[in-house]
Amino acid sequence: MFLSAKKMSHKKFNATEYVEQTALLLNFNLPDEYRDGIVANFERIQVIAKLVNEFPLPEDIEAAPVFEP
Amino acid sequence: MNLDSADAVSIATAVQQGKIKAVDVVKATFNRIEQRDSQLNCFTTITTETALKDAEIIDRKIRSGNSPGFLSGVPFAVKNLYDIAGLTTLAGSKINAENPPAIQDATAVAKLKNAGAILVGALNMDEYAYGFVTENSHYGATHNPHDLNRVAGGSSGGSAASVAAGLVPLTLGSDTNGSIRVPAALCGVFGLKPTYGRLSRAGVVLFSSSFDHVGPFARSVRDIATAFDVLQGEDERDNVCTKRPCIETLNVTSAEQNIDSLKIAIATDYFTKKAAPEVLAAVQKVADALNVTEHISIPEAHRARAAAYIITASEGANLHLDKLKSRPQDFDFATRDRFIAGALIPSGWYIQAQRFRNWYKHKVREIFQKVDVIIAPTTPISAPEIGQQTMILDGEEILVRPHLGLFTQPLSFIGLPVLSVPIQRQNSLPLGVQLIAAPYNETAILKVASVLERTGVISAEIV
Repeated sequence: MFLSAKKMSHKKFNATEYVEQTALLLNFNLPDEYRDGIVANFERIQVIAKLVNEFPLPEDIEAAPVFEP
Repeated sequence: MNLDSADAVSIATAVQQGKIKAVDVVKATFNRIEQRDSQLNCFTTITTETALKDAEIIDRKIRSGNSPGFLSGVPFAVKNLYDIAGLTTLAGSKINAENPPAIQDATAVAKLKNAGAILVGALNMDEYAYGFVTENSHYGATHNPHDLNRVAGGSSGGSAASVAAGLVPLTLGSDTNGSIRVPAALCGVFGLKPTYGRLSRAGVVLFSSSFDHVGPFARSVRDIATAFDVLQGEDERDNVCTKRPCIETLNVTSAEQNIDSLKIAIATDYFTKKAAPEVLAAVQKVADALNVTEHISIPEAHRARAAAYIITASEGANLHLDKLKSRPQDFDFATRDRFIAGALIPSGWYIQAQRFRNWYKHKVREIFQKVDVIIAPTTPISAPEIGQQTMILDGEEILVRPHLGLFTQPLSFIGLPVLSVPIQRQNSLPLGVQLIAAPYNETAILKVASVLERTGVISAEIV
């Protein structure tokens, strides 16, 4: 169920929850001792990804790879 | 002839003229490796038997009046992610050590052998090329020949250190985000990352195919040009490999060439921040030698690095997904958590990064309407200590490992050809400066490097 706009503004992203849930979704069976390292790395990726995601791109810019049948 | 410091072209010339036998060159190489490599840890495999056999064949060809090629009798070694027929390709990993031996040489290895070069072994690297330090938990750290307490850089650390230590005059490495240029800079040798797709990657273990390049390390500009010329050519085994005609660059390294018609500029903004003062001084030294005063800004380079990071993490993780799930304990602890975190990246982030790559490519193309060659630092600092976790740049304490590629990532991101040239400093560690050109214009950077080499501003000191 989606949250209302008001509730959503108070909801903060939890990297540990995301890592645990996505790992489950992708059928990873992660030992507990790896969790902190993976979460720290994901948090680092998240900060870096923000730089790319916040940059406005024109709609006509395609992804770079070219598929040649 | 001092084989420890002679460049590949000098060795090949001496062998072709019958002044020295290829067999003697190879034996001297193995002696040097035996004397030095226990300290350096560059080699993971030595191919003594096949090398001596290959050298005998070269000597026989010369005795019978045939020329075995541009690299006759030149010993070379390759990062252990290149296939070598009859050997298992490790790619710096414990997992791949269980694979069967490769059935044929990687295209690049075969091309160097066809030119008369003699393969003497395989070299250490970061696991699956995911690193800038070559501190490999399975096969040990490769030590910097200029200071054994310091890293050689990575991920092609063995390839750079073995050239700097005079073990071999020519090696091959791979560069996804800086893995040729970073170790070349930290070890004080030449390292070329050609245009994306220029050289075949067939038979090379990939890491992030969008950015994976192969290229040579050497002691001189003419060696880099010779190897580059030999390595070119269309290859149906690598669908990224260009179908453009080959270019000949060895001729541009001759003394008759001048660079008066080339427009050269110093990269500013992003490429001057988070750099140690001596790194900026090295760039200025190169600029002064070339009488360059123009500056140019590459827009959004920080976002280019970010996008390269996202794409690398996503593609690298996907490539190793099965093993990450089934046997994560067998990965190097330095790569495992990063790979797994990369597997969890939402697809939208990856696609956005690939779209940004296209946008950035067009912006940088506009810059090359105004200039031919751009000068920038290769690394933000000289070689850090083995085990060093952080460094202070611009007053901020940041992690060493992910930041050694700050200045290399925004360039490989769009496949620009880049040569890292070595700056030697008295009583100090060497540094590297990147010479950057438009796609497929390797000629321009080799011309500029030749001029710098002749003036003595850049050189690969053998230690």
